Amino acid sequence: MRFERREHRPLALIVLTPLLAVAAALALSGLLIAAAGAPVLEAYWRILVGAFGSRLSATETLTRATPLMLTGLAAAVAFRARVWNIGGEGQFYLGAIAVAAVGSQLLAGAPGYLSMPLLLLAGAVAGMILLIIPLWLRLRFSVDEVVTSLLLNFVAVLVVSMLIDGPLKDPLAFGWPQSQSVPDAAMLPKLMARSRLHWGFGIALVLAFVVHFVQSRTVFGLKSRAAGLSPEGAVFAGVPLARTLLFVACLSGGLAGLAGAVEVMGVKGYVTTDLSPGFGYSGIVVAMLAGLHPLGVVLAALFTATMFVGADGMSRALKIPTYIADVTVALSLITMLVAVFFAQYRIRR
Amino acid sequence: MSTFVDIVASVGLWAAVLRIATPLIFGTLGALLCERAGVLNLGIEGIMTFGAMVGWLAVYHGADLWTGLLVAALAGAVFGLLHAALTVTLGLSQHVSGLGVTLFASSFSYYLFRLIVPLAGSPPTIVPFAPVSVPGLAGLPFVGPVLSAQTPPTYLAVLLALLLAYVVFRTPLGLAIRMTGENPHAAEAQGVNPMAVRYGAVIAGSALMAVGGAFLTLSAFNSFFPTMVQGRGWICIALVVFASWRPGRALFGALLFAFFDAFQLRLQTAVDGVPYQVFLMTPYILSILALCVMARRARVPQALMQPYRRGER
Amino acid sequence: MTETVLEIDRVSKSFGDNKANDAISMTLGRGEIVALLGENGAGKTTLMSILFGHYVPDEGRIRIAGADLPPGKPRAAIHAGIGMVHQHFSLAPNLTVLENVMTGTETLWSWRSEAGRARAKLKSLAERFGLAVDPDARLGDLSVGEQQRVEILKALYNDARILILDEPTAVLTNLEAETLFATLKQMARQGLSLIFISHKLDEVMAAADRVVVLRGGKVVAERRAAATSKAELAELMVGHRVARPVREAHARGEAVLEAAAVSVRIDGVDRLKEVSFRLHAGEVLGIIGVSGNGQAALAGLLSGTLARSAGDILLYGAAIGDLSVAGTVAAGIGRIPEDRTREGAIGEMAVWENAVLERIDEPRFSRHGLVDRKAAVAFADAIVRDFDVRGGGPLTRTRLLSGGNMQKLILGRNLAERPRILIAAQPARGLDEGAVAAVHARILDARKAGTAVLLISEDLDEVIGLADRIQAIVGGRLSPPVSADEVDARALGLMMAGAWQKEAA
Repeated sequence: MRFERREHRPLALIVLTPLLAVAAALALSGLLIAAAGAPVLEAYWRILVGAFGSRLSATETLTRATPLMLTGLAAAVAFRARVWNIGGEGQFYLGAIAVAAVGSQLLAGAPGYLSMPLLLLAGAVAGMILLIIPLWLRLRFSVDEVVTSLLLNFVAVLVVSMLIDGPLKDPLAFGWPQSQSVPDAAMLPKLMARSRLHWGFGIALVLAFVVHFVQSRTVFGLKSRAAGLSPEGAVFAGVPLARTLLFVACLSGGLAGLAGAVEVMGVKGYVTTDLSPGFGYSGIVVAMLAGLHPLGVVLAALFTATMFVGADGMSRALKIPTYIADVTVALSLITMLVAVFFAQYRIRR
Repeated sequence: MSTFVDIVASVGLWAAVLRIATPLIFGTLGALLCERAGVLNLGIEGIMTFGAMVGWLAVYHGADLWTGLLVAALAGAVFGLLHAALTVTLGLSQHVSGLGVTLFASSFSYYLFRLIVPLAGSPPTIVPFAPVSVPGLAGLPFVGPVLSAQTPPTYLAVLLALLLAYVVFRTPLGLAIRMTGENPHAAEAQGVNPMAVRYGAVIAGSALMAVGGAFLTLSAFNSFFPTMVQGRGWICIALVVFASWRPGRALFGALLFAFFDAFQLRLQTAVDGVPYQVFLMTPYILSILALCVMARRARVPQALMQPYRRGER
Repeated sequence: MTETVLEIDRVSKSFGDNKANDAISMTLGRGEIVALLGENGAGKTTLMSILFGHYVPDEGRIRIAGADLPPGKPRAAIHAGIGMVHQHFSLAPNLTVLENVMTGTETLWSWRSEAGRARAKLKSLAERFGLAVDPDARLGDLSVGEQQRVEILKALYNDARILILDEPTAVLTNLEAETLFATLKQMARQGLSLIFISHKLDEVMAAADRVVVLRGGKVVAERRAAATSKAELAELMVGHRVARPVREAHARGEAVLEAAAVSVRIDGVDRLKEVSFRLHAGEVLGIIGVSGNGQAALAGLLSGTLARSAGDILLYGAAIGDLSVAGTVAAGIGRIPEDRTREGAIGEMAVWENAVLERIDEPRFSRHGLVDRKAAVAFADAIVRDFDVRGGGPLTRTRLLSGGNMQKLILGRNLAERPRILIAAQPARGLDEGAVAAVHARILDARKAGTAVLLISEDLDEVIGLADRIQAIVGGRLSPPVSADEVDARALGLMMAGAWQKEAA
């Protein structure tokens, strides 16, 4: 058996690839549901209803998709330039704690129009800093940033844990490790009444278009793509490799930090160490499912959020662990990899 | 100062060093084997989690402890097969495939665990491996008590490191593995099938990783809970670099690392005023430092992370 | 006629629509040296890969000493006594010589490795064929010539009776090549049979008993070396020869680029040592040398990707510090890199993107950080039209272009800007005759228009055809220049072997 590169990839194939991958992932986790003795189709129907069956559930799904869109964009931006940012989870937490720290201390009395943009910026900057470290280590010591950015996830969560156990501890939380709250004035307004859906969703959606514009229309987009596709080729054409990758890291880390910031300012108002059910890691899956396309990220984040939100109700009704959502999402990453491969290659004999 | 000396001179510390090192030794040897053949296996974190879960589950359902380890090894081998299919046959990015395997293996183990063991107030437990004392060694001063606190898998880990060092450097198979990791085209030209070598190394290496995970539930603790692997897999990946891809140094690196870990645990109780999280961070930060020191110096297998396709250069 | 040890019988192999081998038949006798002569793309390497089991042929069979060789199995080929010496060595730099040789020679499932016995066998082989090398040296520490010896020893160690050498002299100096041919003849006298693949007529005439000529995947002729001539072989190899353009005499202008004792250090190793040259407008200065003698450092220095560690560079008479990529492009220096797929173009990007990437910051292609796509595509379109780039337009992915068309694109994006200086590293490497002629014509046109061309090449014919003056690069040093009209191939060979260094000393 041998694989041969397809010279021309029809558009239909490119669009179909993620759909096939998702279908395959659903079929595979369907086997797991069936093995647990539950009706597969009913389980998926309940997931769909759980995610979109009511106004409340639909807004809840969109709320859940918001940080996923941002962490997904973070991964997509980085991967396109071959910066393997696996540290989205840590950047998310640092972004979140930066908001809690600045919001509850420095900007406690500031009006919303001032504190809101400043807090978003603080979150983004915190995320940037955490990604600049592994990138600098790669450029300086040629250390693989995959492992360092992964290890920093654990460090970041411990930093958060330390802060909410110490200087940022909320004295009113009955001993629970929980940060002080962001003042109400700094909380992002709701997008719809009687729901948790907030303006962060709008911000994420706009950013997806902004990132798409940057990548497809700007000199920076062209250079960062060149740097990712072929470092030697880029250097020969005069692209400053280190500086370009540094910008990419700022953009990627900033987006992941923003995800944390938005989650605090839009939903929780404070930080705990279980703020993220793996938003950073799921962001990687979202980015891959989207084929690293910023607009695809929006759809992939919606799919992932659907699985997570819908699995709750399904789990209660059919006694299937909610972890089935995580399994499906992880499987869709693997099936997507395989699907992309077969979109690029054909089997010869 | 005297606290430091007291800690270092305590039997408890050194007994803990060996205990903490054991899963790292298994994991590092497993990752090392994969990388020697040219495949980075970032599935390690998930494979260790699955090994911890499935080994525990087997024992919980009545299997004996060694069968539990074996079940974990087999499960690890299956995930290794998946990673090999993605990275060797299809030649996909080893980074992303490995992460996919990790995400899948860990979520799958949580799913299975929850399915079979419904949520309860306190997690169910098993009777883990008991410490064994080796006749002759147990009588030695200081060393005796340290060794007598260890369970059989720890001895297995140390023996395995020596065995792997021998296989890698002294046998034809080891040479074939190293050649595949350095230059698969040359290996093929000499009649060695690089695809088969990579499959074998990744499957065997993944089995070792899973055994390392199972040590956590079958010896170090007696129950399974999600996220219990706590980044140990990633630390193993760093340790492989620190060890310059040599099994003997991997053993040393894991012990050194475990020493710092055991030391900081004891320091936590001895030193006041420093948040405990600072101590917990040290393993991760140490790993990053080790990577920085060694990354340039070590002779990386030249074909690491390069997919091999016959006839393609 | 001696006994036949190898018979290739009507072997065919296609890749897609491209028929790389078309019913090829040939034989090899015991103790015979056969040269397989052909241009790049004639199908030589494919045929040898089939012989060695890397590819499975679509049709045809191979017989060793009368017995069929199972297709697609390298192990079977080794077993049958076939040994292959690749052009790009199949060796692992991090392993020792002995380990490189021993890989795969023992059964994998043994608990012991017979390293002692292997070392003894290696030593006796090395003595018998005059291939001295230290078995315990790390391979990466050896010179290229020594590494080639290891490749040959590896084949002999496997008891090869038939040895295939793929372009064995490509990486050697003339002197090393002569030593190699002496070794090959000694092996043939001892009963080994050899096939060596080449496109160099001199060495084919010097070393082979018989010559098989391939063209377009077919055997077009077979001659005894004694009964043919270089002229005949050249015609057979190329078929209807495309005339390469010839340089016309004309006066050169003033010096535009000068190097005065420039050194370049990479990772603690001096790749260029006190190099000096003076490049004039309207001339081609040829830099010849065997691969790996500092050409890459010289090209990198002048292309703006490497910094100097000592010495001065004068551009248009003024001393400048280091050249940067942006600086070279802005100063009117055109650059053709040695490796077009690694440096010259980014395969996954569109033709238009590759055309403008090095100039993307110029106001005509971008404003306020936004790419003017229309202007960039128009620029690429003009190159595609003016430089006859076939196989795609500005929006095509560059990877889909053939090597020759990719090179025309790279040449075009430089020459379209009428550069005052052109740094061309191996501009015609790996191209077919037609494309070579096109590239050479463009370079000579530029020279005529007053461009100063620095041509770095390993191809003597190319340098003799294009250059006004020639300097040789050996071990990072440059020889004094000689006028191209006053030297012949033999004198150039001596220059490439570093003879001028002894004279100077």
